[in-house]
Amino acid sequence: MSAPTAAPETTDRTSGPARLTSGRLPRFIEPIVLVAVAAAVALVLFVVTQHLNIAVWLVLTAVFYLIAIGVGSSIVENRRKAVDRVVRGIVTAFFVLAVAPLISTLWTVVAQGIKVVNWTFITSVGGSTFDPNTLAVVNTPGALQSIVGTLIITGIATLISVPIGILTAVYLTEYSLPTNPLRRTITFLVDVMTGIPSIVAGLFAFSLFALIVGPKAFSGFSASVALCVLMIPIVVRSTEEMIRLVPSELREASLALGVPKSTTIMKVVLRTAASGIVTGVVLAIARVVGETAPIFIAASFTDNFNANPFRDPMQTLAVQAYTAYSFPGKDIDASQAQAWGAALLLVILVVIFNLIARIVAKVFAPKVR
Amino acid sequence: MADTAIRPPAAKPTKSTRRASDRIFLGLSAGSASLIMVILAGVAIFLIIKGIPAMTANWAANPDLSSIQNPAHRPWGSFWEYVGPLLWGSIWSALIAMVLGAPVAIGIALFISHYAPRRIAGFLGYIVDLLAAVPSIVFGLWGIIVIRPFLLPLSDFLNQYFGWIPLFSGPVSSTGSTMLAGGVVLAVMILPIVTSITREIFLQTPRLHEEAALALGATRWEMIRLSVFPYARSGMVSATLLGLGRALGETMAIALIISPSVLYSLLVLTDGYNSQTIAANIALNFPVASDIQRSALIGTGLMLFVVSLAVNILARYIITATGPGKKRRRRKEGKSA
Repeated sequence: MSAPTAAPETTDRTSGPARLTSGRLPRFIEPIVLVAVAAAVALVLFVVTQHLNIAVWLVLTAVFYLIAIGVGSSIVENRRKAVDRVVRGIVTAFFVLAVAPLISTLWTVVAQGIKVVNWTFITSVGGSTFDPNTLAVVNTPGALQSIVGTLIITGIATLISVPIGILTAVYLTEYSLPTNPLRRTITFLVDVMTGIPSIVAGLFAFSLFALIVGPKAFSGFSASVALCVLMIPIVVRSTEEMIRLVPSELREASLALGVPKSTTIMKVVLRTAASGIVTGVVLAIARVVGETAPIFIAASFTDNFNANPFRDPMQTLAVQAYTAYSFPGKDIDASQAQAWGAALLLVILVVIFNLIARIVAKVFAPKVR
Repeated sequence: MADTAIRPPAAKPTKSTRRASDRIFLGLSAGSASLIMVILAGVAIFLIIKGIPAMTANWAANPDLSSIQNPAHRPWGSFWEYVGPLLWGSIWSALIAMVLGAPVAIGIALFISHYAPRRIAGFLGYIVDLLAAVPSIVFGLWGIIVIRPFLLPLSDFLNQYFGWIPLFSGPVSSTGSTMLAGGVVLAVMILPIVTSITREIFLQTPRLHEEAALALGATRWEMIRLSVFPYARSGMVSATLLGLGRALGETMAIALIISPSVLYSLLVLTDGYNSQTIAANIALNFPVASDIQRSALIGTGLMLFVVSLAVNILARYIITATGPGKKRRRRKEGKSA
């Protein structure tokens, strides 16, 4: 983006030689004003209230900065430039506004979770055991059953979603023309499917298994089916995106050698796009691993260790965090600590998956020569 | 592999097996693609099957249903009486999130696409995308211990000076479990999707339009108003709607933060008069519900499905039918969705 360099509209010819920079504020005026305003606001706040509230300080700094730069610019420069500078300030403030919750969230999770997470917490089965009949709840720290449940449920969901997602993407990109009505329908449905509320996916899995198995239909597999509904569209989208990046020369070269289309797709197209596809899949896993509502509905929750996905409720980290907070035991603090511990483990899991995705994207990317 | 053309006699069997493998692969991929339709239809069908008993039941005659969640005024007469306030709560909270979140999200997109230095723009976009990676349950817990107390002074202020606006009236919550807190957390949660879609569209503004505006002496903001916004208008509307759809379906933030009642309410600062949302209502009551109550909850889920489907279809329709650069963009925005 080339910088807009509107010529100064009025040049003061009486005071010395006209320069290109006359009628404009100095180049680094914005950071200087910002720092000055921040310092002034901090000082005034401290004098008035005796202590510094960071949020109030940031908000007031932003407001006074916008006023200062707007007024200053409209006096020295002109109104149009003043508006430009104010808008620049606003969008920058918006960006900071978005980063603040991210930092605050991660900080809170780490600060709260670190108190409970240790090796015992990871390796022992615990939680608040909730009995709907007596409402009695006992609490022991531990998240092993949730960790195992998370891995099993997400693993099965991945095993089902990935082949379906990739094959669908192959159909959309390799086997159908853009005018094909089936392709247009499916592309549209995949778009729509990304917007299905996650809890609806959970209700779907519950209804499905309730009809097949009966009213006590809670199982890890049911939760996996719910996650598939959420995961398939993500995998389709990212795979489609990656397959489209494969140069058509590669396909044509392979087909021209007489290689059948299916072999071409598997050995040339998918292999070229492999790193991108794997990255997309891992990101999709990272997305669904933190789902709470669908698993809570489809697999219910439990504090028993259950590694059999086909019967009985199963716990995941997200669900443990939710139930420990919403249905706490007698010792509310212990339950809440438990919730934060599970949340921290969940965030760590998500971070690990994101890192894997980035590493795969970097290391296994097709080499450009 | 490639010598089939040279040896015609040997080619026949291999060719037919190849055709078979081709056909199997085509069948598999077409089957998977059709499965998408089956799944989507299945979601609707199974929700209807399980929801119908409660939706058509005579609620007045069924104590399990008429007393579900102790209605404040009188027993529920029918499913529609019950789902109405819940639907209103979902829409109301999503609207609050949209009003708070969408302008900020569009501002961020503009910052990343047109203000930030080119070299770090990608990194800044990645930071905003990280917001999408944070599990919703974590946002919910964060909302409880950070946002609720954080908004208390603001709630008092709004109630004291703007209490004459119906929105901000009523007894201010002392815990902070308000619709406002829920809306703020939802707004944070819809930031990444709205930002990433609008960012893509801002970046697709034709370079020549932008440079023409700058060459005429426009400041950067004027250039954006003259060339970027007109080009991206439908995309911004559609992204905002997608954000609305996302907020409609969010469960955990609302379930954890607000203290709800099943009623129609506009109030955002109290803790007894927050409209409950469909998703949070299901999450809170599903484990303790009886069979017919579960059926009622599934019925409300069906309503949520219908509404969010409608919002999503509308958003997709706007972006594909009225937006510029239709085909190209359709691919691009899928990545972020």
